[in-house]
Amino acid sequence: MANLKNNRYLKLFTSTFKLSACTFGGGFVIIPLMRKKFVQELEWIEEQEMLDLTAIAQSSPGAIAVNASILVGYHVAGVLGALVTVVGTVLPPLIIISIISLFYKAFRDNPIVSMAMAGMLCGVAAVIFDVVIDMAKVVFKKKRLLPLLVLIGAFIAVRFYAVNILIIILVCGVIGAIDTVVHEKKGAEVK
Amino acid sequence: MIYLELFWSFFQIGLFSIGGGYAAMPLIQNQVVDVHPWLTMTQFADIMTIAEMTPGPIAINGATFVGIQVAGFPGAVIATLGCIFPSCVIVMTLAYIYYRYRGLNMVQGILAGLRPAVIAMIASAGISLLIMALYGQRSLPSDLKQFDAIALFISITAFIILRKFKPHPLWVMAGSGLAGIILYTLI
Repeated sequence: MANLKNNRYLKLFTSTFKLSACTFGGGFVIIPLMRKKFVQELEWIEEQEMLDLTAIAQSSPGAIAVNASILVGYHVAGVLGALVTVVGTVLPPLIIISIISLFYKAFRDNPIVSMAMAGMLCGVAAVIFDVVIDMAKVVFKKKRLLPLLVLIGAFIAVRFYAVNILIIILVCGVIGAIDTVVHEKKGAEVK
Repeated sequence: MIYLELFWSFFQIGLFSIGGGYAAMPLIQNQVVDVHPWLTMTQFADIMTIAEMTPGPIAINGATFVGIQVAGFPGAVIATLGCIFPSCVIVMTLAYIYYRYRGLNMVQGILAGLRPAVIAMIASAGISLLIMALYGQRSLPSDLKQFDAIALFISITAFIILRKFKPHPLWVMAGSGLAGIILYTLI
């Protein structure tokens, strides 16, 4: 039993360490990677739950990747699990930057590094679009108009008007709350 | 006490950067260039470039780099700890609340309202990355035809492979990097 628990911590650590070492191109990249690992491979988290955790990670202060790791670690193994995943997430950048800081000018000006980076950026964009389609499918399947309108409205707000994400989260939360109240009233009337 | 100053500076950066790395950049600049004489503006620009070229959150990369410059490796560790400390406390509290109350109808309703918005935000981040890949800058240029054809080719190929064969995303990212080295060298 103790062995099984230790395995879980070890798995949390190695998973987040590997994911963090590969999150090029901003914090959101860790979401598709985490989804693959924790939702599809390990089945420790549900699809909907992953979206909830992303919302929390996004609207809390700090880096999205760190916040998402804390949430996953906490869910799987409590506070200790969260500490394990934070260390796993922070170590790769800490090690990599420590090494690169010794010769950062050479690294910055290296043509092969920048070619690899340019290519990788394309791959990262493709990975993000892939996960967006998978996630949007779940919303479309429900065949309800409201979530679709929220999706389109939020997209326009963030993309074209650069509205602060906290405001978007707040407004969409209120919409969800009102929707729940309306539905419960309808349910009561039918009875 | 340099360690305490590092911790406190990056604590503030961690606490006030909401909404990802690009939101953190001006905060980092303020703390390490303006408030403290830790980096010159050129060094700051260098580290932000490197932060985008290496994995990991920009704030953590910045904390590590500044920490090393100012107080060696222990400085890097302390600056990083300061940076993640606010997240640890706040996010764990929210996690506790989420798992305790998510069964309630009202909480379910609120979360259902948030989910489509989260998808929209991820989509928007994806578009920003694609613009960066195609045009080498964060916003669309006035002349849309001046895009990087190799980048477009790699993006589309990577996307088709992902949809069709469902490989692990990490393989696609590594493959795209390799394709970048080969194609940009050849063409």
